Order: sequence, then structure tokens, then C-alpha cells
Amino acid sequence: MSDDPSGGAAAGDDLRENVGQQFGRLPATDADREVEGRATREAVIDFFADRFGIDPAIFADFTFWEKGKGKIWIFADEAPSPISVEGLGMTVLRTRQEHWKPTHSAIQRFGNHATKNVIELDGEAAAAFVRGEDQELDWEGDWGYLIAAHEIGVGPEGRPVRDGTAVERGEREPIGVGLYVYGELRSTVPKGNQESLSPL
Amino acid sequence: MNPLERYAPLVDDTDAFFAACERPLPSVVRVNTIKSDSERVRRALDDEGVAYEPVEWHDGLLGLPDGSPGTNWPYFHGWLHGQEEVSAVPALALDPQPGEKVWDSCAAPGSKTTQLSAMMDDRGVVVGNDNNLGRLSSLRHNAERLGVTNLVVTKQDGRNFSLKPFGFDEFDRAIVDAPCSCEGTIRKNPDTLDEWTLEHVHSVAAVQKGILSRAVQATKPGGTVVYSTCTFAPEENEAVVDHVLETEDCEVVDFDCPLDSVSGVTEWEGDSYDRSVERTHRIYPHLNDTGGFYCAKLEVTG
Repeated sequence: MSDDPSGGAAAGDDLRENVGQQFGRLPATDADREVEGRATREAVIDFFADRFGIDPAIFADFTFWEKGKGKIWIFADEAPSPISVEGLGMTVLRTRQEHWKPTHSAIQRFGNHATKNVIELDGEAAAAFVRGEDQELDWEGDWGYLIAAHEIGVGPEGRPVRDGTAVERGEREPIGVGLYVYGELRSTVPKGNQESLSPL
Repeated sequence: MNPLERYAPLVDDTDAFFAACERPLPSVVRVNTIKSDSERVRRALDDEGVAYEPVEWHDGLLGLPDGSPGTNWPYFHGWLHGQEEVSAVPALALDPQPGEKVWDSCAAPGSKTTQLSAMMDDRGVVVGNDNNLGRLSSLRHNAERLGVTNLVVTKQDGRNFSLKPFGFDEFDRAIVDAPCSCEGTIRKNPDTLDEWTLEHVHSVAAVQKGILSRAVQATKPGGTVVYSTCTFAPEENEAVVDHVLETEDCEVVDFDCPLDSVSGVTEWEGDSYDRSVERTHRIYPHLNDTGGFYCAKLEVTG
């Protein structure tokens, strides 16, 4: 997991306080920080690269913003900072806590670019995850936040020709964010998105 | 008396019109191209055993005859959004391009707004405005679910909308899908006409004129403004367009309506409207087995 870069030396006396009701653009790097405790663009992009292997180039054309304490938003264009509006793009990450947590919507939108810490779920496990259930599963990798994914809508060209042949990664679709601890995958699918679906 | 009776003189086949208004509306979804494509959605629905029917005029719309469009895997992934056929028309008329600045004055709950974002490949800016906090929350929820990143959500009165928060001072395009008396949604909401009064039609028309005027003012010369409602009342349709033709710098332009439609009316209950409103489109429920709709495309001239 990425360390929270807000702790420690950067919080000098001359930094402004974060204002909850407006969006402030993330500074490019620690050296550019003007608002106390605010994550940097660099740290956000590093988080997705370090944790999930998402190529930083994926985020090259987006800007990152903070509203409220630690809630990071991703926006497709430029805007003046600060800006007082109700929404600016999509929520992407929760910072200002020990373990940063990517949002459900961010993982559904960008998680298909992930190359690590992706746990593939089969039919019933995927359905249980979407219902919001925790389940005991084997996982050899790191504990912490994982991308739960499954195969869906696989085209004829992507279908395995025999058992054990991997499908194209493009046919693996992120379902949401799971927290893996103590041999258990905990679903963090938001209540409003949970659904009872038939296993594929 | 059924308020729809007043439109009988405008309709070619009144029996078919009234019969269609009695039938429930077919369930239709739009494929969200920000996250998927029609081919993959169809394969996924096949795998899941969910029945669907193509919508002839648009590859990205599917009829789901078994109902509950929100309970399947593609929907969970944000690949689908419930949106009836006529509701897909105004965004097509607006034809927004990637990278542009677009204003959606009455955006919530966001079917058309998110369609605009998808048509723009989620690049540029869609400013989605609404004046109701509860409706804005459903707009936000839908945009997140569909993976939209180019949407700015604002809560202002569309009639005096301010561009002050943004780093630009005019839009390339604007869409006014106005609050209206919703007569055309009778197939979806059978009790929608229970509260109908002519006073309400007139009061909502005043709001519509205010918002459409602001949309024309906020759009650059040469830019496009689309006006739409889901109602039949000429007071809320041609009369509103006629008003802005008189008060603002704009003109009606043609667009290819992908559904069968008839021309806007130039005379109604003693009033007459600018001839050019004949280039606007009325969609009656019996013409395509859809909801009722009105759509006009304007070009800003001044």
C-alpha cells in the first residue's frame, strides 16, 4: 500500500487549510503544495501504478482535485482552482487516511488497465461480491485493496481454445474494490450499487 | 376531460394516438460507449440469457422486453443506462464533439447528459446544471456509475445561469431539455395528467422561455442550441421557440430526426408562430411506439 504523503515535514506553517465546500486542484508534487495535507498529483498517479500497475500515461490528460477532506476527483479537462461547483468529474480516491482507497467508480472505469493485485472471481464468487458479501478465498499476493474482476462478454476471438488458455486481458472486467485480509475478500461495493445477479 | 383531447386537431390518426397513449412504454436501454460497446454488451446479455431486441434506427439502443433493465451484469458494469428512444433524440440533434464546452441546463437525472459525454468520448466539458438538490444527487450517481469524467455539476437557476465559476465565457453548444407538463410521458406515468391545468402549462412555459433565452445568450455565435420537451402543448414548444426567435439572436435550423415525426405547428388557439418552427419536430407516441416528444434545433446568429 502507498504511504500517505501528507504526514510529516510538508505541513509547514505557511500552508492554507483545506476548504471543504470547493474543489482545489492537486499540486503536481510535494514542492508545489500550498494546502496542508493535500495529496499530490504525482502521489495519486504513483498509487495506481504501484498498487495496480496502471500505466501513468493513462492519466496524462486528466486533472485531479480535492473536495472535502481527502476525497480526490478526476476531471477530463482544465478548470480554475479553487472552483465552487457540486461535482467535478468523478470521485477516484480517498486519501488522508493510512491506506488510500480507490473508489468503486474509478476501478470500474480505469481498473481494466491494471496488471497486478487483480483477483479473478468465478461465477458464484462474482455474484456474491456484487451482493456485497465477504467470502473466504485463496490469494497469494499482498493483503489490502484488490480489484475484483471477472470475464464477461468474451468474443469468439477471446474464448479459450482449450482449458487453461487465458482470455485477452481486455475481456476481463473490473467489478469493484475488495479488501483482502486474513484469508477473506471483503466486498466494498457501495450499498446503492449492490445487486442480486445470476452467476455467469 | 382528458387534457390530451385538445391535441386531437393536431394529430393525423386520433384513434392510433389515443390507443398508443394507453399502452405501457417498452423498456429501452442505451449502451454507454465510455465503458463498452454494442457488440460486447450483446455478447454479455447472451451469456446471461437476457432477451433484447435491436432498435432499428440506433445501434446503441436495445429494447429489453422482459423489463427490469437495471438487473443484469452489463448494467452493473455501467455499460447500460435506462433511456427511452425519444429521449436519445436531442443529444443526436445537438451533435456535440470531443473537446467542446457544452451546457445542459436541466440535466438531472442525467440520461441525456451522460449521452452527451459519451458522444464527446468523455473529453471536453459538459456542464450539467439543475436547480434541485435531490435530482442533482441522482445525476451524480448516474454519472459515476457510467464512468463519466468530463461532467461539471452545478446548482443554479438556469434562467440566469452564471459562467463565472469556469475558465471560459461561452459554450459551443447548449441543450435545454426543459421541465414541462410531461404529457408525453403518459405511457410511463399513467397518472401524469391528474394534476394537469392550463395555468400550469402557462407558468412552466414562462420558465422554459427564460432558460432557452439564457442558453442562446450563453452559446457562441455559430453554436447550436437544442430545445426539447416531453409534452404536446404548443404553448411549451413552438411558442417557446417563437419567443426566443423574437428576443434573441438565433434561427431554427433543420436536423434529420431519426424517428418518424411531423412538423411543428404555426397556429394554435388563435396564436400564430414564426413560419420557421415548421422545421421543428413533433413526435407522437403512435408514430414509432415511443413516448411523446418535441425537439427544435437552433443556431446562434449574433
